[in-house]
Amino acid sequence: MTTTRPTHPVANDASTRDGRITPTDRLSRPTRGRQHRGSPVGRTLLWVVLAIGALVMLIPFGWLVRSALMTDDQIFIAPPELVPKPFAWTNFSESLTAQPFALYLLNTMIIEVVVVVGTVLTCSIVAFSFARLRWRGRNVVFAILLTSVMLPYAVTLVPTFVLWSQLSALNTFLPLTVPAWFAGAGGGVFNIFLMRQFFLTIPFELDEAAYIDGATPWKVFWMVIMPNSKPVIVVVVIFTFIGVWNDFLGPLLYLSDQDKFTLALGLASFQSNYTAQWGYLMAASTVVILPIIILFFVLQRYFVEGVTLTGIKS
Amino acid sequence: MTVTTYYTLGSVPVVLVVGFVVALMLNQKVRWLSFWRTIYYLPTLVPAIASAVLWIWIFNPGFGLFNSLLRQANLPTSQWIYSETAAIPSLILMSTWGFGNAMVIFLAGLQGIPRQLLEAASIDGGGPWARFRYVVLPFMTPTIFYNMVTGVIGTFQVFNQAYVMTQGGPNNATLFYIYYLYRTAFTEGQMGYASALAWVLFVIVMIITVALFRNARRWVYYEMGGAR
Repeated sequence: MTTTRPTHPVANDASTRDGRITPTDRLSRPTRGRQHRGSPVGRTLLWVVLAIGALVMLIPFGWLVRSALMTDDQIFIAPPELVPKPFAWTNFSESLTAQPFALYLLNTMIIEVVVVVGTVLTCSIVAFSFARLRWRGRNVVFAILLTSVMLPYAVTLVPTFVLWSQLSALNTFLPLTVPAWFAGAGGGVFNIFLMRQFFLTIPFELDEAAYIDGATPWKVFWMVIMPNSKPVIVVVVIFTFIGVWNDFLGPLLYLSDQDKFTLALGLASFQSNYTAQWGYLMAASTVVILPIIILFFVLQRYFVEGVTLTGIKS
Repeated sequence: MTVTTYYTLGSVPVVLVVGFVVALMLNQKVRWLSFWRTIYYLPTLVPAIASAVLWIWIFNPGFGLFNSLLRQANLPTSQWIYSETAAIPSLILMSTWGFGNAMVIFLAGLQGIPRQLLEAASIDGGGPWARFRYVVLPFMTPTIFYNMVTGVIGTFQVFNQAYVMTQGGPNNATLFYIYYLYRTAFTEGQMGYASALAWVLFVIVMIITVALFRNARRWVYYEMGGAR
């Protein structure tokens, strides 16, 4: 205690110099705040910087909504008006009926359900095997699996396309959904990794107790591991859902009929059909963006958990 | 290829720096902390297509957001994605908007820094800058490295922007590698050639990654032997 006392003024000295704002001061503020509360001035300043930054981040969203509520006449006047008056709500109804967005939504949701269920089931089984079962070459196989993350998706793009076209499955949902049932959709490896890491944190005693009671590995998986893994399952569900929702290249390659389009693809085709009608375009974009944002706000807690889980990795 | 490299070299450092600085700020005790985190993360959730459509409009030379603002301020306007020279910088600017992912990983990294070390440093008389430079930064090198590698791999594979926003133009200024590959395979139907292109890309990415890992030995493991 006595040894720390003389040094204390030194630390204080640093924060009293706060009045002068030097470049180093600005960079260093973060570390200080970790232990000391930081001076009120510093905190207010930080708050203001954050607020300005947040405003900049939100500007594109604001522009989106503003333009979505304007008629073409309103958009193309100078000087531009920031808040549309009156609000052109009809943009939404008109743009959404100009192309069958309800059908796109239905298509997207069909793919969503099949892919999410498939991914969770198969990825968790694979992860269970890597985390809980002992078999020859397990670690080697796992290492090979991890290195496949390095493979750019472009490398497999052409061969998979050729494969599906030879199976005459083009213009169906099969190429977009079936891989998910083999733990291979989009972030398949990532999901397996995430789940494996989580499974490893469940006490092995639970498995052992179940095995002593005569359970099969299947039973252990269903009755012990899965019920204890809700957080990671939710995270995988969310990430997979967003991945499918945002996927563009997949539907672009495999779907060619208008009535099979997903929302992302529908928006792109809408964009090329209505190039100059910005009000419509922005309204349609808002409709595609909004569900994800709402989902995020509703499930925010799980997002944070997911981030913490992924944080373990790096 | 040069186009892609240009984009990578521009986008990755900017995203890293912005993400890191914001993560540092968001690692403080500030009022409305989780609200700020949410706001900064939000743009990464926007579907690539929707964000592409949105940014086309923002970049619109006549009535887009940027030129409207510039005109109000009596500053020279730009053609943004419609000009050969400004197209890539515009797309880099757009990619900066989505720094949220890098930021979140940085945040996780920052939270992993042992508190005792920071306390020890300040007991030893280390000022804020010294603590940042000799404790925080060394501890963050693995995270920075991780973000760098994923950033490079990711930016080498940009496709959506080229497809929706510029179609590789103007005058091939945004002819990204993957977009070129896509065009070769699916508009020109040269599957074999496109596959070859894909493998070339793979080799390039591999070489870059290996080079990054080699180089990483020099700076990422600082933490093991103490700072400096």
